[in-house]
Amino acid sequence: MELDPLLLSRLQFAFVVSFHAIFPVFSIGLASYLAVLNGLFYRTQNPAWERLAIFWTRVFAVVFGMGVVSGIVMSFQFGTNWSNFSLAAANFLGPMLSYEVVTAFFLEAAFLGVLLFGRGKVPQGVHLFASIMVAIGTFISAFWILAANSWMQTPVGMEFVDGRFRVTDWSEAIFNPSFPYRFTHMVLASFLTGGFVVAGVSAWYLLIGRDVEANRKAFSMCLWLLLVLAPTQAVVGDFHGLNTLEHQPTKVAAMEGNWETRQGAPLLLFAWPDQDAQQNRFELGIPGLASLILTHHLDGELPGISEVPPAEQPPVWIVFWSFRVMVAIGFAMIAVAVAGLWLRLKGRLFGVHAHRGYLQLMRLMSVTPFLAVLAGWFVTETGRAPWLVYGIMSQAEAVTPSLTGGMALFTLVGYGLVYAVVFWAGVLYLTRVVRQGMLPEAPHEDEVERPKRPLSAAHVPFEDAASQPGRS
Amino acid sequence: MEMFDLSLIWAAIIGFGVIMYVLMDGFDLGVGILFPFAPDEGSRDVMMNSVAPVWDGNETWLVLGGAGLLAAFPLVYAVFLPALYIGVFLMLAGLIFRGIAFEFRFKSHRNRRWWNRAFSWGSAVAAFAQGAVVGTYIQGFAVEDFVYVGGPLDWLTPFTVLTGVGLMAGYALLGATWLIMKSEGHTQEWAYRLTPKLLLAVLAVFAVISVWTPFVDDFVRDRWFGQLHLIWIFPALALASAAWLWRSVRERREGQPFIATLGLFVFTYLGLVVSKWPVIVPPNYTLWEAASAPESQLFLLLGMLFVIPIVLAYTAWTYWVFRGKVREGEGYH
Repeated sequence: MELDPLLLSRLQFAFVVSFHAIFPVFSIGLASYLAVLNGLFYRTQNPAWERLAIFWTRVFAVVFGMGVVSGIVMSFQFGTNWSNFSLAAANFLGPMLSYEVVTAFFLEAAFLGVLLFGRGKVPQGVHLFASIMVAIGTFISAFWILAANSWMQTPVGMEFVDGRFRVTDWSEAIFNPSFPYRFTHMVLASFLTGGFVVAGVSAWYLLIGRDVEANRKAFSMCLWLLLVLAPTQAVVGDFHGLNTLEHQPTKVAAMEGNWETRQGAPLLLFAWPDQDAQQNRFELGIPGLASLILTHHLDGELPGISEVPPAEQPPVWIVFWSFRVMVAIGFAMIAVAVAGLWLRLKGRLFGVHAHRGYLQLMRLMSVTPFLAVLAGWFVTETGRAPWLVYGIMSQAEAVTPSLTGGMALFTLVGYGLVYAVVFWAGVLYLTRVVRQGMLPEAPHEDEVERPKRPLSAAHVPFEDAASQPGRS
Repeated sequence: MEMFDLSLIWAAIIGFGVIMYVLMDGFDLGVGILFPFAPDEGSRDVMMNSVAPVWDGNETWLVLGGAGLLAAFPLVYAVFLPALYIGVFLMLAGLIFRGIAFEFRFKSHRNRRWWNRAFSWGSAVAAFAQGAVVGTYIQGFAVEDFVYVGGPLDWLTPFTVLTGVGLMAGYALLGATWLIMKSEGHTQEWAYRLTPKLLLAVLAVFAVISVWTPFVDDFVRDRWFGQLHLIWIFPALALASAAWLWRSVRERREGQPFIATLGLFVFTYLGLVVSKWPVIVPPNYTLWEAASAPESQLFLLLGMLFVIPIVLAYTAWTYWVFRGKVREGEGYH
């Protein structure tokens, strides 16, 4: 079989960006949570808030560091694998990505050091200010990246001349039609991620009875947050879907598994899309519901995938199933948030009557936001295929012409190995940070604070003290 | 409308970023290259501590440069990266391993050996790949109609292997003179003894490259032996820096060797820039042909003018905070 550099490049990009995305998604949510914790401590001077803030700052340091390391590759991938796209879209993409880098560095230079190392060394108000600035900075970073991505979905404010895009209107290009929806959807996803991880870790601490007072506070506030955000996300997602229907109807058709344009389309719960046959092999759905959701009429007309020739269709089964995974997780999130409220009202959230099964469930739920975020990105990115810039530049036109299958395979495997090591080390270390928990820091002979190095804020040894035979 | 030549301003910014990166990440990559040859584990702690507070700030310039190139000179971005595809991968993999090793070596005891290896191998591979980029730049690219059309290993020739090895030696020299400045006792003595050998190696490679380059690149030959006689001032100044380095090591000066090595790098770099100017994607494209649209260059320039001074100030502050000697057993791991 001939190795296809286009397919391999797509796989590589998907792999690298998926791997990278989980860190910023988490750190955006966590940065805001830290600002809230530091703010609560500033207001109330209750040491429980400070203990929580110190602990989650350690986690934040590691996650932020991992995001930076895995992000380095991203800034070169556009050139190595998508050089035609890079050259064509540089007039817009270049400034967007550069501003993201600039924002991140400005943030790191000015405020991250104070947030990570400044506690007790700078006035409390200054520390809180730095914490808020870091949280704002993560939004600004996301702003640039999502502006670039959204423009690739709904390209406006440009003219396409001689194979290159030129910006005619910056604000139109940046605030392109899909941007506000994608940005809101993503920020909420980050909050949900932060909320579920903090809730899950707090639940675990409550289960083993460690630092109960502080973790009750954290668990309780997370449940309130999730109760508001999980349903809000469903509504925002619905608006995002309507926006996609307007601008990228084929993507929505693939999400719904709807091959032919028709009125009163059913909401498919299960189906096996067969791209070759241009139909579903099996489907189980609720009549009229898809039309109702997307057009607000039971017999509203829904565009079909076959409106465009097969060569211009996305791989339907990926879009279809990724969408279902995302939505299913979204509903599960709403369900556990509501269940939390019910238990709270019955007085079974904390104390001797605490529902331990629920705490265990929340522990497991902490993985789900990551899956939902990745699934959501799979929907929107795969759903754009075969276009890279929707309707204007296809992925095949965008890929590096000189790239061979062998080269692409080499780096795909290579990045796989590199990231496996990074991920292994990072996750192993994170689990150690969490296991050490909010215990006062052991005196450490190795670590003295210094600026710029997020991971050094964590102060947790990589291995158990007992497993250091060579230490003398 | 054009009051300024934006491409020229951007060439200055990127050119400045490149030399900042080479000098700053150069010495910490060099420390990594020298790592396995250190006299003992105590010296290794000192070596790592001497660069630990600053290394990731140094790499800031690489990422800033990568994104800046895409924005200001997209043709460079879209030709260099495909042409150096495998080399870029090796460089990034090297930098990532070495960055992770930095963080985890001090947190780890049982696996310290492995982190040591990741640190030194990652540094060596990244340095070699960067040297090969320089060689490939001198060599030129097979580009037709703004698209790279060469093969996957065009960048790997005897000439680029030599520039790769040359930059490894150069970075090691930067690292050794940095250690002279930052360490004391037997680590410093070891660095003193190492420096003249490294300098000879660097000069030997530079000599071979200088003789070889006119045969590789007609453009440079015409420039060197053409009307512009002033161009010889740069190799002359580089040699003067080398002589100063030699003497300052013999006199056991502590700060001067590092400054002299910086001079050696800066003048060599300027010599290369002047030899190639204004060609930025050799052999055919000048920096104006490689540029992005003026409105895009301007849009980003506004942000850069705001941020670069802050990054510089912060960098200076970090170096100031961590000035002075790193001592064994204390230090800021």
